[in-house]
Amino acid sequence: MKPRGAIQIAYLVLIYGFLYLPILVLIVYSFNDAKYSLEWRGVTWTWYRNLLDDPDLLQAALNSALIAALSATVATGIGALAAVALHRYEFFGKPLLQGLLFVLMMTPDIVMGIALLILFASLSLPLGFWTLLLAHVTFNIPFVVVTVLSRISGFDRHLLEAARDLGATEFQAVRHVVLPLLMPAVAAGWLLSFTLSMDDVMVSFFVTGPTFEILPLKIYSMARLGVTPEINALCTLMLGATLILILIAQLLLRERT
Amino acid sequence: MRIREPFKLAAVGVIGFWLMAFALLPNLLVAVASLLERGGDEFVAPILTLDNYRRLLDLLYLGVLLDSLWLAAATTLLCLLLGYPFAYLLTRMPARWRPLLLLLVIVPFWTSSLVRTYAMVILLQTNGWLNQLLLNLGWIAEPLELLYTEPAVIAGMLYALLPFMILPLYAVLEKLDRRLIEAARDLGAGRVTIFRRIILPLTLPGIVAGCLLTFLPGLGMFYVADLLGGARTMLVGNLIRDQFLSARDWPFGAAASVLLTVLMGLLLWAYYLSARRANRGALP
Repeated sequence: MKPRGAIQIAYLVLIYGFLYLPILVLIVYSFNDAKYSLEWRGVTWTWYRNLLDDPDLLQAALNSALIAALSATVATGIGALAAVALHRYEFFGKPLLQGLLFVLMMTPDIVMGIALLILFASLSLPLGFWTLLLAHVTFNIPFVVVTVLSRISGFDRHLLEAARDLGATEFQAVRHVVLPLLMPAVAAGWLLSFTLSMDDVMVSFFVTGPTFEILPLKIYSMARLGVTPEINALCTLMLGATLILILIAQLLLRERT
Repeated sequence: MRIREPFKLAAVGVIGFWLMAFALLPNLLVAVASLLERGGDEFVAPILTLDNYRRLLDLLYLGVLLDSLWLAAATTLLCLLLGYPFAYLLTRMPARWRPLLLLLVIVPFWTSSLVRTYAMVILLQTNGWLNQLLLNLGWIAEPLELLYTEPAVIAGMLYALLPFMILPLYAVLEKLDRRLIEAARDLGAGRVTIFRRIILPLTLPGIVAGCLLTFLPGLGMFYVADLLGGARTMLVGNLIRDQFLSARDWPFGAAASVLLTVLMGLLLWAYYLSARRANRGALP
């Protein structure tokens, strides 16, 4: 049993290594004091400082954060409502809605990107902030629904019925009983949406115009030209920001479960 | 429950509207666009045709399609071969370690796959770590051209998609009823038989779900092909993108996209069938 155990551990370590090594390399080189050489020449903050001196880049980062925050907020509102409705009500077309949510989650990004592009083009909407926002809300909704639904399933429905029996309207019952109990899942759904939105390349690629540049697309266009330490630094920053958000989401979900 | 409930109406109405307007309608528009001719000033001309689909069968595009299917299939298979034992081993770890180990799989999953693809570029460069390592080990005399090759694209997609395979596999493997395995062992079944007759059928929905989540995105990830494959590798994703951006042939791009959607439909159907069969086979 012993040697087999060792092989198993080695296999796990190998796969984790594969998952983390490239990221580690990226982080290490974002601090390397050499522009083209891969030799280690000591720690520097130059690349991070260069980023701060690039107004276009900062603007793109701000735009990304704005879209991510707004789309996460709208998607969380709609998604949480949808989860409550799907859990609590029977209505005409419910299987269709569930099916659409599932298909929306499974649709390859590129298919969603061009489908929304065609929609916006046929409505003659100029590509930019608004189209980007609508697209991001759309791909975020199913993830919020799934996150919130997973929490509702373990939820005591007598609480809501008690509230109704005591004279609360449906809205009041949801507002004062369901929502507080769902809060951790709602918050986690928001953070999840925010991260997805911050990271999205493929859908955004089709639905934004030259008037509104966002960070992932900026990185994409920079990276196509080659590897520079500035991109390493930028990617490291994005990585760090994502990790912090995920940790918060995890903590929120773990609470009281 | 009363029917005329303003809150219920509002909740169902909002999500219903959003899904109709931004999920169903756009896809219908794509289907319509794929049946139209390419336009001049407008992006489509209102003339019905099947030409776009006929053109997909062109040798040139068929080649891209087959290449792309092959790359995505190879990636999916590699993900499965690497991911299945990994997920299985995870479920055999002590219970208190499992959440942490699982979180470690999920962390790269929620970081930008663009960033991770880019990290792969650094690793595979001519003077990158992998070449340095091989040189130092003395296995190669001079750096290999790793970047801008087909294996590089597969490695990049594998890297971006592996967590999507591991998670559904983990989910089914963890639910697996161990008593079934013990019963089979007591009845004298060997390891291979247990795997083939019990573990495999019961984890089939997870396998299909994982394949779905790696194969479909694998067809579309145009930036992986761009960054790691250079101009040499073209995926269906690159083809579709180029039709919309440079070639300005929207109907043709739409037809290629419909093809992907149909493929997705078939795979979802396979998933549904396998899930239904596994549920029927499970103990109550």
